[in-house]
Amino acid sequence: MKSLAELEAIKNKIKNQVEVRKDRDENTIRIIVGMATCGIASGARPVLSALVNEVGARGLLHVTVAQTGCIGLCRLEPIVEVITPGKEKVTYVKMTEEKARRIIAEHIVNGNIVTEYTIGAIKE
Amino acid sequence: MLELSLHILDIVNNSIRAEADLIYISIKESIDDNLLQISISDNGCGMDSQFLENVTDPFRTTRTTRKVGMGLSLFQSAARNAGGDLVVRSEKHVGTTVEASFIYNHIDRQPMGDMAETLVTLISGNDTIDFVYSHIINQNKFVFDTREIKQLLGEKICLGNPEIVLWLKEYIHEGLNKISL
Repeated sequence: MKSLAELEAIKNKIKNQVEVRKDRDENTIRIIVGMATCGIASGARPVLSALVNEVGARGLLHVTVAQTGCIGLCRLEPIVEVITPGKEKVTYVKMTEEKARRIIAEHIVNGNIVTEYTIGAIKE
Repeated sequence: MLELSLHILDIVNNSIRAEADLIYISIKESIDDNLLQISISDNGCGMDSQFLENVTDPFRTTRTTRKVGMGLSLFQSAARNAGGDLVVRSEKHVGTTVEASFIYNHIDRQPMGDMAETLVTLISGNDTIDFVYSHIINQNKFVFDTREIKQLLGEKICLGNPEIVLWLKEYIHEGLNKISL
């Protein structure tokens, strides 16, 4: 049973963590998920959910997950962009929940871009 | 869209783009009246009567990446396919309300789908916006107001925090299960 008391407990636990994040901006990896009509219709909601869950489960404090509107490549939705400071943006297309989890494990945690899921791998 | 909850996610994104900071999402399932009503009401920038006139026309849009905006059009189709319709009311600088109605047991009425996931997607991605969610099934009601949650959490804690997100999802799921048949 979820209760507000439980939320209060989570709040107290998080309060201590908030201080740790002060310098996260320069080193923050930003993950951006397309959430326009095209994205939602093709399954972006579970992709976003999987990314947020993985980032949370692995305790990746230097990673943020955000939503954006139409990226302009609607036929390739769901699209996930990974922006690492100092590196080129990586655009993953035709995403699924499983691909999202793999990207967190291989790209975000281990630094290896999953090339087969990127836009560059799409044959015209 | 495969579920009505996805249409709702889409339309609420319109409210967000209109710079609303308070959005009401109301769902009323009346099995006795055989009627499903969904209402999304915001305090965003609104539309003037000229823009409002054909707003459900896909070619009537504020989008810049494309000259087509499908959200309202798709939602209206979903409503009409289920023997209902969609109405948009708006006033510039005041806000907009989108109301969709469906015949509850119509064979082509899409399932409600996962409202908890839609709400959590909206809440966690839009920390500065408040959402008031009300879901009525016959006589049973579940209400969820992010203002209350934010008051409890205080200013420093972001609703996008994964632990909060998880709590929100389960809290809403439970609340909806309680009012379901």
